[in-house]
Amino acid sequence: MAVDHGVQSELQKQGVFMTTWDQLVNWGRSNSIWPLQFGLACCAIEMIATAASRYDIARFGSEIFRASPRQADLMIVAGTVTKKMAPQVVRLYNQMAEPKYVISMGACATSGGPFHKGYNVLKGVDRLIPVDVYIPGCPPTPQALLEGLMKLQEKIKRRSMGQAVDQKQGEYRIPEFGASGLVPRYNPEVWQPPEPSLEWTATTPPSS
Amino acid sequence: MPLPIEDIKADLDALLPGVTITVEGSALRIEPKDVAAVCRALKETERFRFDYVANLTAVDYPPTHLDVVYHLYSMGQRCGPVTLKVKLPREQPVVASVTPIWRGAEFQEREVYDLFGVRFEGHPDLRRILMWDEFEGHPMRKDYVVEDQNVLERPPS
Repeated sequence: MAVDHGVQSELQKQGVFMTTWDQLVNWGRSNSIWPLQFGLACCAIEMIATAASRYDIARFGSEIFRASPRQADLMIVAGTVTKKMAPQVVRLYNQMAEPKYVISMGACATSGGPFHKGYNVLKGVDRLIPVDVYIPGCPPTPQALLEGLMKLQEKIKRRSMGQAVDQKQGEYRIPEFGASGLVPRYNPEVWQPPEPSLEWTATTPPSS
Repeated sequence: MPLPIEDIKADLDALLPGVTITVEGSALRIEPKDVAAVCRALKETERFRFDYVANLTAVDYPPTHLDVVYHLYSMGQRCGPVTLKVKLPREQPVVASVTPIWRGAEFQEREVYDLFGVRFEGHPDLRRILMWDEFEGHPMRKDYVVEDQNVLERPPS
């Protein structure tokens, strides 16, 4: 960073405000994250509560929930992603403007949650699209969602604007409906099955 | 006014000779071949007027059979539910559709067909309702294996 923080604060005391282009732009970018107006399950109710007057997401500049993915910067995946809905989630993500960010809100979006062993639920939205911030909870409170948004703001501020603009997410493959689930089951570009740990191999008999 | 289940059985026995009905707890068990006759009698007899099928579902009992369960209410008599149960073989479960009797059963029968694989004879439009058309198998059967139920997603070695 070109500006020394000590010098900066000394100058500010004298009434001289100094900043860098990156800091100025990222201050603006991180305080105007427009989310996509898009809810999948009960987490959406908490998202709505976050947007309403009591918690007031407008304090963080994210009050403009856009109904079109073309105008949105942030996708809050609020709720259970069923296998039937997953292609639409990826399609909406593909249509968003770059640079784009994803918050996985709640246990269902993060891992399938209580539906993890079901036949109909995607076991984490990170299998199909890259996720920036995971929020635990079932559902997360509005405070937790705001904390997640602040984490995303920190993440945006950490990178220079040039890096953010250069990195293109591109289009992700939209899964198709197959005979027993989605084809492919996950996108290997963004997610790989974890290596089995020693503990796991020692206690679990190998499946036939 | 509540209708005791024994009274319903007695009335049905009188109305429909040749139909075997047994009381099983708070439910009536009927034979698969009698479903249409019993349901029509329950709907059209003045004393019952069961005009609303609130619930139509199935229960899997591997390895032998499936039960199809009907919950009927009567708006006119203000009574219900009356539970009917039908035992079907797990291989090739076929039963008469009650959609011609109660139109509201249409989607519920499609759901039972989708998730349990029960064929309803006489249903106007029997196809999957929740899963997509390309899907194979009936996931609410207890022996259905979910493709990714292995938490770590390792292919079987």
